[in-house]
Amino acid sequence: MQNTWLFIGVFIAIAGVFPLLPIVIARFIAPHKPNPIKLETYECGMETVGETWVQFKVQYYIYALVFLVFDIETAFLFPWAVAFDALPLFAVLEGVIFILILVGGLLYAWRKGALEWS
Amino acid sequence: MTAEQGVFLFISFVILFSAYAMVTRSNLVHAALFLVVTLFGVAVVFVLLDAGFLAVVQVLVYIGAIAILMIFAVMLTQDNAAKEQESLNTNYGWALLLSALFAFALIVMLGQWQDAGAIAPALGAERDTVVELGSALVSPAGYVIPFEVASVLLLAALIGALVVARPQKKGM
Amino acid sequence: MSFFQDPVAAISELISNFLNGLLPQVWADLIMTLLGVVVVSSFGLIIVIFLIWVERKIAARFQDRLGPNRAGPYGLLQTFADMVKLVTKEDVIPEKADRLAFNIAPILSVVAVLLIWAVVPFAPGWIGTDLNVGVLYIAAVGSFGILSVLMAGWSSNNKYALLGAFRAVAQLISYEVPMLITLMVPVLLARGMGMMDMVEDQALWFIVLAPVSGIIFLVSSIAEIGRTPFDLLEAESEIVAGYHTEYTGMKFGMFFAAEFLHAFTVGVLFAIFFLGGWRGPGAQDFPLLGVIYLMLKAFFGYFIVMWVRSTLPRIRIDHMLALNWKFLTPLSLALLILTAIVEKVFEGHAWRVPALLIGNAVILILSYFITRAASRRATKERVTFKKRPMAKPA
Repeated sequence: MQNTWLFIGVFIAIAGVFPLLPIVIARFIAPHKPNPIKLETYECGMETVGETWVQFKVQYYIYALVFLVFDIETAFLFPWAVAFDALPLFAVLEGVIFILILVGGLLYAWRKGALEWS
Repeated sequence: MTAEQGVFLFISFVILFSAYAMVTRSNLVHAALFLVVTLFGVAVVFVLLDAGFLAVVQVLVYIGAIAILMIFAVMLTQDNAAKEQESLNTNYGWALLLSALFAFALIVMLGQWQDAGAIAPALGAERDTVVELGSALVSPAGYVIPFEVASVLLLAALIGALVVARPQKKGM
Repeated sequence: MSFFQDPVAAISELISNFLNGLLPQVWADLIMTLLGVVVVSSFGLIIVIFLIWVERKIAARFQDRLGPNRAGPYGLLQTFADMVKLVTKEDVIPEKADRLAFNIAPILSVVAVLLIWAVVPFAPGWIGTDLNVGVLYIAAVGSFGILSVLMAGWSSNNKYALLGAFRAVAQLISYEVPMLITLMVPVLLARGMGMMDMVEDQALWFIVLAPVSGIIFLVSSIAEIGRTPFDLLEAESEIVAGYHTEYTGMKFGMFFAAEFLHAFTVGVLFAIFFLGGWRGPGAQDFPLLGVIYLMLKAFFGYFIVMWVRSTLPRIRIDHMLALNWKFLTPLSLALLILTAIVEKVFEGHAWRVPALLIGNAVILILSYFITRAASRRATKERVTFKKRPMAKPA
C-alpha cells in the first residue's frame, strides 16, 4: 500500500473529525430542554396518524435495479477507456458492442414501461 | 510487524465484527448498515493488496448500488410489527458444526499450499495495472469472450429483474 | 526566488527534512501526510464559509435585491453569524428516532463531499494524492452521500422524511448514470483516470473536444447536488424539508454546508474535466497561478450553477426521471460511442478535432429532431379538442 492510499485513510479520519467539532461544541453551548411536544415527529403541525410506513412503490426498486446494471457496465468500461491507446480498432468496437447490448436492455426497459414514474 | 500488517489485522477485525453484527441484528436496517461497513472493509483489503481500481469499484458498485438496493428492499417492505425478528435459528447447532468443519478443511487445504505466503512479483512501474486490465479485457488472447458474455449476462439480469419486479398492469 | 515560485514544495521539503532528522521514516511520513490532509480539508472548509456569502449575494442580485449587508462590511460576516446561530440552537432528536444513524448521517454527508477534495489537482505538483483511479474514486465517494440521505430519512422516524429520502435517492442514483458515462469521455480523451494526467493532457480543453458531454456532465451534476431545477426534495411546498426535516441546529448546519461545498466541488470538477483545470499562461512555472486559474474556472462553473438555479423553475419528479433515462442516458451513450470510434479512427490525424466537433453537432441535431418528433407524437396521442364551429352572427 503506497502513500497515495494512506492519504485517503488519514483523510477519512480527519474529515470525520471536522464536522464532529461544531456538533460537540453545540452540545455544550446549546440549550437542552426536551419536552414531549418537541420530541414528536413533525407532520405540518398536526398529530401523526398511523404508523410510520411508506407505501410500497415498486418504482424505487426498479430504478435502483436499472442503475445497478448501468453501474456495473461503467465499471467494466472504465478499464477499456483507460487502455485505449493499447487497443486496436476492433478492440474498440468490442467495447462499442458491449455498450450496444446494454442499450438494448435500456430500450427493453423503456418499452416495457419500467422507466415510468406512475 | 509492519504498518501494513497492523492495518490488515485491524480491518480484518472490523470486517469480522460487522459481518457477525450483520447476521445477528434483529433490526434489518441496522443489519444493512453493518453490511455497508463490511463491504467498505473489503475495499480497504483491496487497497492493501495494491488493487486500487478494485477497491473503488467495490465501493461504487457494492456500496453505491447493491447495498442501496438492499436497503430499499428492507425499508420498503418492512412493517413495524415484524421489526423484532428472532435472530437465532433453531438449527444453529448443526450450522455451527458444519461451519467449523468447513473452516477446518479450508485451513488444512490452504496450509498445504506452498505458495500461500509468497508475494506476487511486482508488475513494473511502466505498465499501469488498470491499463493492463483494460487490454486484457478486450484482447482476443485475453478475456474478450467473458467480457461480451458479461454484457449479455447483465442484459439477462436486467430483463429478468424487470419481469419479476414489474407491476402487474393490464395489457403489458 | 525559488521559494516564491513553488512555496508548497519548498515548505514541505523544509518540514520533511526537519522531521526525518527527528523521527523514524514511518512516523515522519505519517506526519507529513497528516499535515497535507489538514491543509487540503481546511481549504475545502474555509471555501465553504466564503461560498455561502457569495451564493447569497449573487442569488440576491439575480432577484434584484441586495442580499446580506448588515453583518460586517458587505455582509461578509453573515456566514459566521449563521454558524453561531446554528450552534446555539437546541439539538432536538425525535422520540423514536434511530440514534446512531440519526447522528452519523450529517457527518457522513460532509465526509463524502470533503473526500473529493483529496484528489483535486490544484497546480502542477500540488495535489492531495494522485490516485491512479482518481475519476472512479470521485464517483465512489458520491455513493456515501447517497447512503447518508437514506440514513437521515429513515432514522428520523417521520414518514415524510422517509418519503423525501426515497425520492432523493431515486433522483441521485438515476442521475449518476449519465454522470458516470460522460465522465468516461474525458477519461477516454486523456487515456487515464489519474486527475493530474487529466489536466496535463488538456493542451486543448476537453470542452472543445466533447462539448455536449460536458453539458450533460454539468446537468447531471446539478441534479446530483439537488439544486433547482432538480430540488423538489427541499421545496417548502412539497415534503416540507424532505429528508432533513427532523434535523435541528448544527446537524442541519452540516447538511447545509455539505450541500454548498458539493455545489462548488461540482464547479471544480467541471473545471478539471472540461475546462483544463489549472492550465493557463504561466501556470507551469508558477504553481500559484495554477491555483488561481482553477479557482477562476471553478467559480465560473459555480456561477453557471447559480444562474441556472435562479432562472429555471422546478421540474416535476416524473419529468425529471424521464429526462434522465430517456434523454440523457441514451445521448451520453451515443456520445461515448462516437468519441471512442472517432478517437481511434482519427488517431494522430489532423482532422481529429473537427471530426469530433462535427460528430457532436450531428448527434445534437439528431437528438433535437428525434425529441421533437417524439413530443409531437405524444401530443397527438392526447385527446385533441373537437373542432367547434366558430360563432357566426345570426
